[in-house]
Amino acid sequence: MTHHTIFFTKTHEWILPSEGKVGISNYAQGRLGDIVYIELTAQGKEVKKGDVIAVIESVKTTSDIYAPCDGKVLELNQEVTSNPGLINQDPEGAGWIIKIEVKEPFSSEGLMSKEEYETYIKTLSE
Amino acid sequence: MKNPFICLSRKDIEEILSFLKIEKIEDLFKHIPESLKISENLVLEGLSEQDTYKKIEEISQKNKIPESSRTFLGGGAYNHYIPSIIDHIVERSEFLTSYTPYQPEVSQGTLQAIFEFQTLLCQLTGMEISNASLYDGATSLVEAVFLGTRIYPERKVIWVSETLNPEYREVLKTYIQNFDYKLVVVPKTEEGTFDLKWIEKNISKDVLCFCFGYPNYFGIIEPVKEAVKILEKEKIITISCTSEMLSLGILKTPGELGVEIACGEGQSLGIPLSFGGPYLGILSTKEAHLRRMPGRIVGETEDREGKRGYVLTISTREQHIRREKATSNICTNQSLCALRACIYMALLGKEGYRELAQINAKRAYGLYQRIEKFSVFKKPFFNEFVVKIKNPEKLQEKGFYFGPPLEKDYPDLKDCYLIATTELNSKDSILEFAKAMEEL
Repeated sequence: MTHHTIFFTKTHEWILPSEGKVGISNYAQGRLGDIVYIELTAQGKEVKKGDVIAVIESVKTTSDIYAPCDGKVLELNQEVTSNPGLINQDPEGAGWIIKIEVKEPFSSEGLMSKEEYETYIKTLSE
Repeated sequence: MKNPFICLSRKDIEEILSFLKIEKIEDLFKHIPESLKISENLVLEGLSEQDTYKKIEEISQKNKIPESSRTFLGGGAYNHYIPSIIDHIVERSEFLTSYTPYQPEVSQGTLQAIFEFQTLLCQLTGMEISNASLYDGATSLVEAVFLGTRIYPERKVIWVSETLNPEYREVLKTYIQNFDYKLVVVPKTEEGTFDLKWIEKNISKDVLCFCFGYPNYFGIIEPVKEAVKILEKEKIITISCTSEMLSLGILKTPGELGVEIACGEGQSLGIPLSFGGPYLGILSTKEAHLRRMPGRIVGETEDREGKRGYVLTISTREQHIRREKATSNICTNQSLCALRACIYMALLGKEGYRELAQINAKRAYGLYQRIEKFSVFKKPFFNEFVVKIKNPEKLQEKGFYFGPPLEKDYPDLKDCYLIATTELNSKDSILEFAKAMEEL
């Protein structure tokens, strides 16, 4: 079964299993502020869920971005390395960060649906 | 509460002890050898201000204060003239009381001084970027190596030249003792330089970096260019460590020689000897390593009205934000010492700096020529060289101080001493020293 829906982690990454794209949520980019630099992991690297796949530097802080699932890093979004602001502008679209080769069957265990995530971030801002 | 100055309650202490699974506070200090511990409770007896002064004065009388021009001590700290303008500017309260900018943007003057220090340092070392300074030469070497580990996380072998200051090597060894790095000493040749043949023979992809003194501990100018050429084959990071910054006034800069990281000790740049500190750590490198560099960096920018302004930059990787994930545990700098160095370099200017370096070298060579028969190595040096003498106390009796002795760290260099010459060694003193040595 292919997942065409987006999933979120508690650490504010998202994954679209059908394309393997991974990025950070709109909520996360808003909290980080203007993103000025991004450091990406190596292409072709095998990562485990929870491994650091990118380091994002904003004017306020520098944050680790974690892999939402196991898999091989297929592609790095060169658009965001040359223009990190893209993550602020379109975090859940053109501002994706890496593409992972998702192992089938994809397990959404420990991940949240968009609705669940929205409820989750409400509890954070309270 | 046991002690009015420790605000922990008995309960707090018990909680901490039980969390750490230890029985008593003393267990925290188990790793310190018993011989170093004070066995009884340390009870300080108070003295009046007047008595304290008297006591301190008595102690200070024990110091032998040599005549500055008769001091030829080297080995990492150098006796240079300090222009009075340095103290005058540094003691201005705007600089003196705000030692490091925690709310940086309101401290534009401090930031500008650091920015100019970085700029001057880059020019001096021929590097692209410099940080705002570190603690001292030895820790700058450690930080340079750690910078290297961020470039090659998978490489575990650290090469250090035997001709690099032994104290620096010891500090590096201490820092890395609990990591899985292997420290390998690159042997010296009989000529007092690192062994290029050994390097060529042992080069491998496991080697992270090669650290060497420039000039080295014996004052000698190492064959850096040749080493860089060999080390490039396996992309090994070259780290030059300069204890006598003045030498860069006439030597080729580390940058020109293809060195990757230039670190060192900035004491020569207007900082008093003062029993070994506070000194000034220097670290500069290529721009590609900007985000792997420890400590703070000041950048120049524009405000919204287009006016020039200074900011602390790349500080999002520092400890107060990144906690345990910070690039390094350095979260401050030696602002005042860096300011001294900044004023010193700006005051001399490019030509003055070169001229002073030439004076140092000329005096050292003048002395060297007169006492050549005592010299141990025959290689080009800057303002320091090694001699072998049997009865140094005879020279000390005449008020000449030199050293340190090398035997402790180099058993093969028995009866060998370092001799450094600076602009403070007058021509007369140099001639008298040479004569005293002749008479040995």
